[in-house]
Amino acid sequence: MNNPTLRRIALALAAPALAVIVAVVVSSIVLIISGSNPIDAYHDMFTNALKLETSIDILNRATPFYISGVAAAIGFRMNLFNIGVEGQYLLAAFFASVVGGAVNLPPVLHVTLVLLVAMAVGASWSGLAGVLKVTRGVNEVISTIMLNFIATGGIIAGLIVVWQDNTGQVNSGTTPLPKSGRMPDLNSWVEVFTRDIGKGRHLTGVLLLAIAVGVAYHLFINRSRMGYEFRASGYNPFAARAGGIAPKKMVLSAMVLSGAIAGLVGMVEVLSDNYRYDQSFVRGLGFQGIAVALLGRNKPAGIAVAALLFGFLDASRGPLQASGSASTEIVVIMQATILLAAVVAYEVVSRARQKNEASTAAALLAGSQS
Amino acid sequence: MRKRLLILTAIVASFTLVAAACGDSGSTDTTSGTTTAAPTTTVASTTEAPATTAAPDTTAAPDTNSSFSLGIAFDIGGKGDQSFNDSAAAGADKAAADFGIDVSFVEPNADGSDRANILQGQADQSDLVVAVGFLFADDVAKVAADNPDVKFAVIDDAMLNLDNDPPTPRGDNIAGLTFAEEQGSFLVGVAAALNTKTNKVGFLGGVSGFGLIEKFQAGYEAGVHAVDPSIEVVSQYITEFPDFDGFISPDRGKEIAAAMYESGADIVYAAAGSSGGGMFQAAKEYRDANGDTVWGIGVDSDQYNTVDPSVRDTVLTSMLKRVDVAVYQATQAVIDGTFTAGNTIYDLSVDGVGYSTTGDFLTADQIAQIEKFKAQIIDGTIVVPTVPA
Repeated sequence: MNNPTLRRIALALAAPALAVIVAVVVSSIVLIISGSNPIDAYHDMFTNALKLETSIDILNRATPFYISGVAAAIGFRMNLFNIGVEGQYLLAAFFASVVGGAVNLPPVLHVTLVLLVAMAVGASWSGLAGVLKVTRGVNEVISTIMLNFIATGGIIAGLIVVWQDNTGQVNSGTTPLPKSGRMPDLNSWVEVFTRDIGKGRHLTGVLLLAIAVGVAYHLFINRSRMGYEFRASGYNPFAARAGGIAPKKMVLSAMVLSGAIAGLVGMVEVLSDNYRYDQSFVRGLGFQGIAVALLGRNKPAGIAVAALLFGFLDASRGPLQASGSASTEIVVIMQATILLAAVVAYEVVSRARQKNEASTAAALLAGSQS
Repeated sequence: MRKRLLILTAIVASFTLVAAACGDSGSTDTTSGTTTAAPTTTVASTTEAPATTAAPDTTAAPDTNSSFSLGIAFDIGGKGDQSFNDSAAAGADKAAADFGIDVSFVEPNADGSDRANILQGQADQSDLVVAVGFLFADDVAKVAADNPDVKFAVIDDAMLNLDNDPPTPRGDNIAGLTFAEEQGSFLVGVAAALNTKTNKVGFLGGVSGFGLIEKFQAGYEAGVHAVDPSIEVVSQYITEFPDFDGFISPDRGKEIAAAMYESGADIVYAAAGSSGGGMFQAAKEYRDANGDTVWGIGVDSDQYNTVDPSVRDTVLTSMLKRVDVAVYQATQAVIDGTFTAGNTIYDLSVDGVGYSTTGDFLTADQIAQIEKFKAQIIDGTIVVPTVPA
């Protein structure tokens, strides 16, 4: 461990490994207390995850988690806490469904239009919080939380009764998107490499969109000038300002970009699952995204791992219920402990790293002097 | 940065913990006997036997149908909600005991994103899948199309394609099981009117704006006014569609009910899922503080048996929505080969809805009066409105 590079790699891997170990230990204790056998439960979870159909479930679940995680991470990189991904994606999905259900366009154009509407709505809703921050100094945590309530309890609740499809069904919602507005599933692509996928499972085409979002996020944050300015402002806003980066412009563009990506979170549901905004529309993805971004350290690949991990845990609920080997609440407990353990572990490791760097620097300094 | 990160972690952690806490209390209730109590309710609350069509299998040995599997997909919250889901579980357990079939229960994750997955999971191993709650409607339509050899039933949705005239089933293997909630609510409205001393009663709805809970309100108000048009009915909802938290917020239910009791309404009827538990708490606390006898009226299950024993003295009666009867009969129909696609309405005439008398808080005279109204509804003399006046 005397080699500094080796030590750095070991430190980088230490945090996530530590977090998972702590989560497994805590969950095992909870399982034992509640009278279940942890070995049986983990066995069920893993054998289930190895099934092809479960992989589809995990990917379908991880897709919105990932987009939501990236949306939150864009703000986090700038030291902005956009808690409003929740409201932004619901509002975006609602308007995108309304527009998508009202028009009839050629297939590719139709999907593009739905995506553009979603991004525009998400961007304007988060932009509102950005404007409030730069002009009035309103903390974005407060304003985005309030905008969440206004979006769901106010705008959607008020307009859905006006724009709902009057089919007389109890589960009312907007007019479903016509065939041209739906994204085809990727089952045929997967089946080239594997056996046929069991009935009822469809790998969402929005997965491609999520991958594109991830690549774009990586290029933007690590390769573009604006991304550099983002990171600089996040690390040290005062130094960035002294370096000629306009702070207000940065805050506003970070919020708008974050909201535009947030607008895409509901697209799995709109373009490839439900094709409309109705009462069973999936909520809570915005908050999951915050957790996923925290766990993934705001890095494009890290968020992907975190999204897949949360997707895997979520997909384990079914087999746990079926086999009765453990209560499904263990899934929530595991997600929470992994998150908490990760935050603590990263903190511990980052202190260790600082110490490591300090001693390396001191050694170098001592070496150069002698 | 570090400090803000900590604050943020705290926020996220509290969201997650709340979710964990909700789920957790639910499952504890299950183990503490809610489910075993519910089937007993079934027997105790109905004076007449449920209108099951002749049951050839009841005397057969309980393993004659071990090859038949019934899959139940609960709504969010799952078993242990002391109300809707537990009633479905009771029907399934009864079917398991009577027909000797296998029963499995699953519930979706907290945001309901995997409804289609759990339906498919149940379809893989079941002959009949019963989805509890209309939020499953679209997913059932989709999964049923992929699984033509499995039968599906959805509670609370007609599962009809209303674009066609006459409406057609949304699938040859899909049945919609709905209830005449307004008729049962009418009867508990009568009970409320006969028992109020302040000439003012309340209605606590879970979620307004999507038409279902308004049926309860309309029937209740009509029942109250059928006895005495001068009685005032105050109605309030916890949340508005599309916010469905109103069905799972006992704290907010308690707050609103307490305000109703304070304002002089001495009987409140809650059609609000598990939020109704808060109303009984409020009634108990109001009694303890003021010495006045105020009452709550339960919904879906016989809540005398399902609420915390310390507050059961406040359960005047419950509007029974016999989800158990629907689940039981749907199972029987598939076993007998008499399954029919499309809508089946469970109303007073088949005891699909009703009222409970557990606790003996309704006098024999009052029950006689309620029964008179019941007979009039069944023979069509009284037509109960489904939309509030």
